[in-house]
Amino acid sequence: MSKTLFDKIWDQHVVDTIKEGPQVLYIDKHLIHEVTSPQAFNELKERSIPIFRPNQIIATADHNTPTINQHLPVKDKLSKNQLEQLSKNCSDNNITLYELGHKYNGIVHVMAPELGITQPGMTMVCGDSHTSTHGAFGAIAFGIGTSQVAQVFASQCLLLKKPKSLRVTVNGKLKKGVLPKDVILYIISKLGTNSGTGYFCEYAGNVFEEMSMEGRMTVCNMSIEMGARGGMIAPDETTFNYIKDREFAPKGADFAKKVAYWKTLPSDIDAVFDQEYIFDANDIGPMVTYGTNPGMGIKITETIPVENNSSFKKSLEYMNFEAGSSLINQPINYVFIGSCTNSRIEDFRVAANFIKGKQKAANVTAWLVPGSKQVETQIINEGLKEIFDNAGFELRQPGCSACLAMNDDKIPKGEYCVSTSNRNFEGRQGQGSRTILASPLVAAATAIEGKIIDITKHLN
Amino acid sequence: MEKFTKIISKAIPLAIENIDTDQIIPARFLKATDKKGFGDNVFRDWRFDKNGNTISDFSLNNPSYSGSILIAGDNFGCGSSREHAAWALVGYGFKVIVSSFFADIFKGNALNNGLLPLQVSPSFLAILMKTVQENPDTNIEVDLENQIISLSDTNKYETFDIDPYKKTCMINGYDDIDYLLSKKEMIETFESQRK
Repeated sequence: MSKTLFDKIWDQHVVDTIKEGPQVLYIDKHLIHEVTSPQAFNELKERSIPIFRPNQIIATADHNTPTINQHLPVKDKLSKNQLEQLSKNCSDNNITLYELGHKYNGIVHVMAPELGITQPGMTMVCGDSHTSTHGAFGAIAFGIGTSQVAQVFASQCLLLKKPKSLRVTVNGKLKKGVLPKDVILYIISKLGTNSGTGYFCEYAGNVFEEMSMEGRMTVCNMSIEMGARGGMIAPDETTFNYIKDREFAPKGADFAKKVAYWKTLPSDIDAVFDQEYIFDANDIGPMVTYGTNPGMGIKITETIPVENNSSFKKSLEYMNFEAGSSLINQPINYVFIGSCTNSRIEDFRVAANFIKGKQKAANVTAWLVPGSKQVETQIINEGLKEIFDNAGFELRQPGCSACLAMNDDKIPKGEYCVSTSNRNFEGRQGQGSRTILASPLVAAATAIEGKIIDITKHLN
Repeated sequence: MEKFTKIISKAIPLAIENIDTDQIIPARFLKATDKKGFGDNVFRDWRFDKNGNTISDFSLNNPSYSGSILIAGDNFGCGSSREHAAWALVGYGFKVIVSSFFADIFKGNALNNGLLPLQVSPSFLAILMKTVQENPDTNIEVDLENQIISLSDTNKYETFDIDPYKKTCMINGYDDIDYLLSKKEMIETFESQRK
């Protein structure tokens, strides 16, 4: 029988099936961080259950870490305590931890792929909804709650019902200035925030085939914003070349053996999906969001739609935007380039390329937050830091930062922030803050102009 | 986990769609390392303004509403996977969340904490919402055993779906760890056969 990429990986990881119930799914890699793991460690301790497979767990500190002066002790007492708990839990249980300051430290979804931990055909989980990022490699990767973190600690397995399958195909040629972020914001704006709920999504078509791994990660990262537990893209030469020679990638003959296996994973030509959507790349433009969920997005050249619905009105009221108006020329005082969606080297190259030789607008505070220590080093080595410094941008140290504003990187009440992150929920970037999601290119242009511009008119 | 069979309670209406877990518990309250105290900050920025003053027109602050059932708009619990959202709702005293649609991860988190995510049809949700808004003293009965939600003193009711395995867990107060540990030998066999 024909199988999808998802079916092939899922079926190989089923340990047992409960009659008329969920299946026991084996998890290859478990990523953890400071915020969603402490209660799971406590749970096991209280029940005297040992960690079953500590060598399949990798930990990093990212959500609650400062992005300046990382060499100094963390000031916030609660954050400091949470980070210390993670260190203690990892050392007590022999779990590898890349703590603050470690050369491999970074946002969990940036760190694991760049170290070659993420590989095709794997099942991966993390107590973070953006775990869907790793699906870019052709892995089944999804976010879990803390109770499930405890379950994986105890058994390296989860009890799950197999989700339905969904395929989103985008074919054609992307226009100039249209980035992977625009592609996924466009898809979510068309499908809404819950169309993917209950599904695992595969992205197919030449647009994704031609994308870099960084771009594929941006796309898969936001699968959860349309409700899908995960998103995935078939592994190909781009995938194999990215993984090759990375720290934890298989080496030599092992690598060749793995590649041969990975090549068997793509969905069979006649595989059937429960749901299919097809889009034309030519219809996609640079995107911005205008509301308080990621589905509320428009092309930068479009106007905010008019809808007679109380939740829609509440959303526009929060953003202080009018239905029917355009966002072009909207003054912006904050710009954030970072988060597990867009904090990889490619994102900073795009930004630097636009910024080079220009000056940040005086009204704008622009934070650039790399996804990992390795990305930070690369930014410096490639000379991008110099470009950012000269233009008045602030390059900070790695972490989740203003994406969720758990640390001090908060956008003030009432202020707009053009952000490359993934969520524009009320108060997401700080109490009363107003987020406009966009690509790194649109974010960079906004910082230069001090307002939203029609980027399509500024590209040569 | 606490056992759940049947409850009869008044309900609090919250007629907003796409309520994300950042609204249920904002990120700045996720610094705790235990599960306690999150109830104090449930819907924090809708209940209180930046200076800590109560926002009186928010339904949780309306003294006419009470009870352990929350009736919420479509697509409840979307966004972040934070289980703190379920802990916050349970901590505040909710036992059931009724909506016409739940986000995936939230649904699982709720079930793992004895909080019932009860999905009804959009039309029944509209009836529940209107009835409770117009008459806050209305009692609602949730019978998990028979999978029925009904408006007391009327003949209005609807049946609801729940995974049979999860239902057994809720009724008996079991959790998944117990089950998974009972499968340890099978898991070890699976591991050895893959190598």
